[in-house]
Amino acid sequence: MSAVRDIASVPGRKHVRVGRLAASFRPRSVVVPVVCLVLLVLVAALNIGRGSSDIALLDVLRTLAGGGDRAETGIVFDLRLPRTLAGVLVGAAFGLAGALFQTVARNPLASPDILGITWGAGVGAVSVIVLGGSAGQVSGMVAELGVPLAGLAGGLLAGLLLYALAWRRGLDSYRMVLVGIGLAAIGNNVVYWLLTVGDVDDATRATTWIVGNLAAVGWEAIGPLALALALLVPVTIAGVHTLGGLQFGDDTARGLGIRVDGARATLLLLAAALAAVATAVAGPITFVALATPQIALRLVRSPQPPIVGSMVLGALLTVSADLAVRTVTPGLPVGVLTAILGAPYLIFLFLRTRKEARA
Amino acid sequence: MTTPRLQAEHVRLGYDERIVVDGLTLDVADESVTVIIGPNGCGKSTLLRGMGRLLRPRGGSVLLDGKRIDRLPTKDVAKAVGVLPQTPSAPAGLTVGDLVARGRQPHQHWYRQWSSGDEEAVAHALSVTGMSAYADRAVDELSGGQRQRAWISMTLAQETSLLLLDEPITYLDLAHQVDVLDLVHRLHTERGTTVVMVLHDLNLAARYADTLVAMHDGAVVSRGTPDEVLTEDLLSDVFGLDAKVVSDPVAGTPLVLPISAHLRDEA
Repeated sequence: MSAVRDIASVPGRKHVRVGRLAASFRPRSVVVPVVCLVLLVLVAALNIGRGSSDIALLDVLRTLAGGGDRAETGIVFDLRLPRTLAGVLVGAAFGLAGALFQTVARNPLASPDILGITWGAGVGAVSVIVLGGSAGQVSGMVAELGVPLAGLAGGLLAGLLLYALAWRRGLDSYRMVLVGIGLAAIGNNVVYWLLTVGDVDDATRATTWIVGNLAAVGWEAIGPLALALALLVPVTIAGVHTLGGLQFGDDTARGLGIRVDGARATLLLLAAALAAVATAVAGPITFVALATPQIALRLVRSPQPPIVGSMVLGALLTVSADLAVRTVTPGLPVGVLTAILGAPYLIFLFLRTRKEARA
Repeated sequence: MTTPRLQAEHVRLGYDERIVVDGLTLDVADESVTVIIGPNGCGKSTLLRGMGRLLRPRGGSVLLDGKRIDRLPTKDVAKAVGVLPQTPSAPAGLTVGDLVARGRQPHQHWYRQWSSGDEEAVAHALSVTGMSAYADRAVDELSGGQRQRAWISMTLAQETSLLLLDEPITYLDLAHQVDVLDLVHRLHTERGTTVVMVLHDLNLAARYADTLVAMHDGAVVSRGTPDEVLTEDLLSDVFGLDAKVVSDPVAGTPLVLPISAHLRDEA
């Protein structure tokens, strides 16, 4: 294979004409994730350094690379790393889930938090905390595994429900968003009902989880989370080449040889699973899945949310938010900050959508 | 005569409870331009969607190379038949280059998503439609004529030997209508592409079609050369139109001149 081939080039699509794979190379789709990744390492190191005894950035990086002294190694790996690692993994999962939802629904409003997936996970997890805990039936071990598992089940169930209710001779984006908002409202209220039913201690525990919190995540939660991502992400990326076609109308997508209904259902369930896994570990950290794909899309300047870009940016946003919250008001869960940022963003999105609809 | 590549056999098509096309049989002549005409709601678009596998038949079958199209792998169909739906929509900000590149979808796999062959096909599709200079522009910023050419360009990048176009010239001014139809004609003469399209303009249909198919109430009423099909009787029966048919002084094909009510009253 010759390295550089003399092929007709398409004006406007900037290509590096080396080999075959890099033919549709866009500089930004590589530069943006790489820059975000570098920032992510820095922010993660800063976040790890923060705690009861602060560790300097360079010391953290040195320790992570394996060169720290015994005390630093103990603090960084045993105590601090799970929280930040959870932020990275959860953020990446939310970013990817959001990108999938928005592409499949062709709607920037679609995200697991708006469409009720995270609230489904919330109902599952809070049920276990409140109902299991107060009755004293659930021992420590079961509670530890039970909350994430129930969250996962609840999120997947919400995903299936969303698909089943929104499906009518195909999946209509508008109906899907409406049904999802309805599901989210129901899930939301079931959670509040559970809180009023449960006793005060359990309700307090549940509330921290509902807001979205990385502080409580330990190594035992990282394993299942990493495993779930290791399974889901490659499957998703393998199915991603159909995403480009799905952004058009159903007829166009079918004309391009895509099994529209099947592809959409698969991607939607994968996205729901990603969001549910992340929510099960850290609670619904709102706004990340909603905003990340849209920010990534604008940074990369691609016609649809970029997959890798959304993952890296989601991780960066989540860890940054965690760091910001810990710096300004230690003890406050990260979900509070993302929720505060999310509201104005949602309003901005609504206004922009209206403007586009009028244009 | 060999079996045509695309056939509809007693095909029954519809939406939900409503059957639009019932038991229709049609052979599409290879390497020719077939134009489907008929009044609004007669099932033209439905038939085209059925033949392009956008709609699954309720009965009968659509055959591609003798095989039932709904049983062939979707990708194989997409490599053989290109379909341009009536009002395609692209996401805001998508560039023409990206749109046309999407036409390569059926030729791509999860392990090989872009090749130099794809690159050549896209470049060629853009140049054939005269859209190379617009590759960088957003589709939603283009004029109607340019946008239509961009979409046709995407369908061409699919590199299929059959093209199904649903009202490709609606919303275009006359000059752009002729532009698009000239392009279709060139594809047919230069590459031997088989084209089936739905048109509303009877005079342009007569000028560009090798075969005209007139539909009414989901059935084929008449099929043949434009001279055979476009008669005053047919216009009156199918369209309920009182018209005179003369010979087009430019092309020699039939030219439909409607006799409007106010003229009739004065006569």
